[in-house]
Amino acid sequence: MSDHAPSATSLSRWLYTTNHKDIGSMYLWFSLSMFILGGAFAMVIRAELFQPGMQLIDPNFYNQMTTLHGLVMIFGAIMPAFVGLANWLIPIMIGAPDMALPRMNNWSFWILPPAFLMLASTLFMEGGAPAFGWTAYAPLSTTYAPPSVTFFIFAVHILGVSSIMGSINIIATIMNMRAPGMTYMKMPMFVWTWLITAFLLVAVMPVLAGAVTMMLMDIHFNTSFFSAAGGGDPVLYQHIFWFFGHPEVYIIILPAFGVISEIIPTFSRKTLFGYSSMVYATASIAFMSFIVWAHHMYTVGMPVAGELFFMYATMLIAVPTGVKVFNWVSTMWRGALTFETPMLFAIGFLILFTIGGFSGLMLSIAPADFQYHDTYFVVAHFHYVMVAGAVFSITAAVYYWLPKMCGRMYNETMGKVNFWISFVGFNITFFPQHFVGLAGMPRRVPDYALQFADFNMMSSIGAFIYGMSQLLFMYNVIATVIAGKPVEENKTWEGASGLEWTIPTPAPYHTFEVPPDLTKEKIHATA
Amino acid sequence: MQLLKNNTIDLTVKLVMASVAMFVFVFVVMVPLYDVLCDALGINGKTSGRSYVAEKIEVDTTREITVQFVTINNSNMPWIFEPSEVITNVNPGAMNDVTFYAKNTTNKYMSAQAIPSVSPARASTYFHKTECFCFDKQDLGANSEILMPLRYIVDQNLPKDIKTITLSYTIFDITE
Repeated sequence: MSDHAPSATSLSRWLYTTNHKDIGSMYLWFSLSMFILGGAFAMVIRAELFQPGMQLIDPNFYNQMTTLHGLVMIFGAIMPAFVGLANWLIPIMIGAPDMALPRMNNWSFWILPPAFLMLASTLFMEGGAPAFGWTAYAPLSTTYAPPSVTFFIFAVHILGVSSIMGSINIIATIMNMRAPGMTYMKMPMFVWTWLITAFLLVAVMPVLAGAVTMMLMDIHFNTSFFSAAGGGDPVLYQHIFWFFGHPEVYIIILPAFGVISEIIPTFSRKTLFGYSSMVYATASIAFMSFIVWAHHMYTVGMPVAGELFFMYATMLIAVPTGVKVFNWVSTMWRGALTFETPMLFAIGFLILFTIGGFSGLMLSIAPADFQYHDTYFVVAHFHYVMVAGAVFSITAAVYYWLPKMCGRMYNETMGKVNFWISFVGFNITFFPQHFVGLAGMPRRVPDYALQFADFNMMSSIGAFIYGMSQLLFMYNVIATVIAGKPVEENKTWEGASGLEWTIPTPAPYHTFEVPPDLTKEKIHATA
Repeated sequence: MQLLKNNTIDLTVKLVMASVAMFVFVFVVMVPLYDVLCDALGINGKTSGRSYVAEKIEVDTTREITVQFVTINNSNMPWIFEPSEVITNVNPGAMNDVTFYAKNTTNKYMSAQAIPSVSPARASTYFHKTECFCFDKQDLGANSEILMPLRYIVDQNLPKDIKTITLSYTIFDITE
């Protein structure tokens, strides 16, 4: 770190910091640690599923593992990683000196670790950790829940508060702190996708908070929101949860779209194809995310008209998503492509996310979904969009911006090896799950019928390979930060554009104290 | 710079209010709306909680519908609870009676509530109860028993493809 940066080793610097780069870094490190924790849970799951029969752990612990794996990966790894990138990059990308509400920024980070400590501590409580799946369906999460469910509820409340504070900060920064001349339609796609994501978060995190509050009241205060005895209905929980849950999956994937929209143009040495259509596609995906929630619950007994509505609305989302995929491909078309690690991960994203999109389209068909529902086909689908979508894009983003952040270059060969092992390991893990799912293997069950044994062993081997490649990633990042080859030039990547590449490398502690004047600049060729 | 700060505070207040509004929305809009929709559309096999007043009864003697009764005790509910007949054939439009027997097997006073559900869900709007013990809670003293009436009509407009209707009651312990 250069000018005015307080000592990196003093604890109070990190505790009290209001600097967006410090907070961004803390989010990213926190996310990495949660990624390792959630990954460890996944390894336990795959080890148990290596062979049919009960081998290593008892079913209740298995259920705790699937639950915590989901919660830790979604709320601990993916979301904080994107918030960290937002903190680091948004002020620089729009020419602002810092986030709009720096003190709140500090809070929204520092309430996260205690929340996860509380969630992880449930593992050591009597009755064990929550074992009802990350979706926490009532009555599994109310009548039949372990006592630790209350800690789960409070942890979710804190995560919600943290996310809402973070999003308010991001919205305020983007709307009020853009440099002169940085009009909305000149903003980088990463900033655009985050602006829309932040609005989604403000809209739906309170809905999740409401759902878990009702759980809390049913458990402790004798209400009957989800209990039929008192006139409530467990299906109501599913509606409320997915009214949050579906926008949530776009909260996870939209910033990934933003990252990919930054990386592909750089390594294609072209501007992004169809910038404005990208903006409109993102906005329409966000809007439609509110009217498709019941496609997660086709089998609860909805009227046919409802099934049809949610089916067609869901299929409609494929249109703006297709626009984005075509725009990325068109950006690469006849570009001067090079394949550095970030680009490899971006292309990996593009291919695998599209496969995940197609299986999503299959799942959207209500009559067919009765076969796929709650099988490994669903598991394969959402890992294609969550891992190959969100996690690949985060990995790409880290490789892409790490030299700017720490002024050191990562090991390119190791990066490429990391990519190929990840790509192969990922597909070995999750591709066979499509087949066992279609053949009827249910999810969230620690044992399975013998005919699924081969594919499951394959999946487990793939998972161990993929898991190991993440250790390589972690090693590469840490080695770069400590002892990477110093980078001097402002622009790490030849084809990169954007304000973050106009500042010195490594990014100084304070940037754009005087806003840059962009009134004459033409940033995006709005073709 | 001052202007910028005011804008930010304004915006923050608005966004905080929006998120609080969304939290309240779950309780005051989503929950009642769900109940209203389920009632109106007969979703989830929910039958109406009020007794039915027929407009014009025409007994359809051309077809018979099989009506099955199922009783379920919710977890830890110790009562004996069963229908007087498990299966019966009725004509659409005709008034039918069936009784349910309940016995409090414990040594203390208890209250219970039976929650009905009709399957297939599509039939729930065509299954009319003119009198049902499920409209009220049932109080029973220690070791006492009761015969509870149900009077119902299967609507003559019931879709032709529905041949069997299952009415299931789950009995819940609601002793305060």
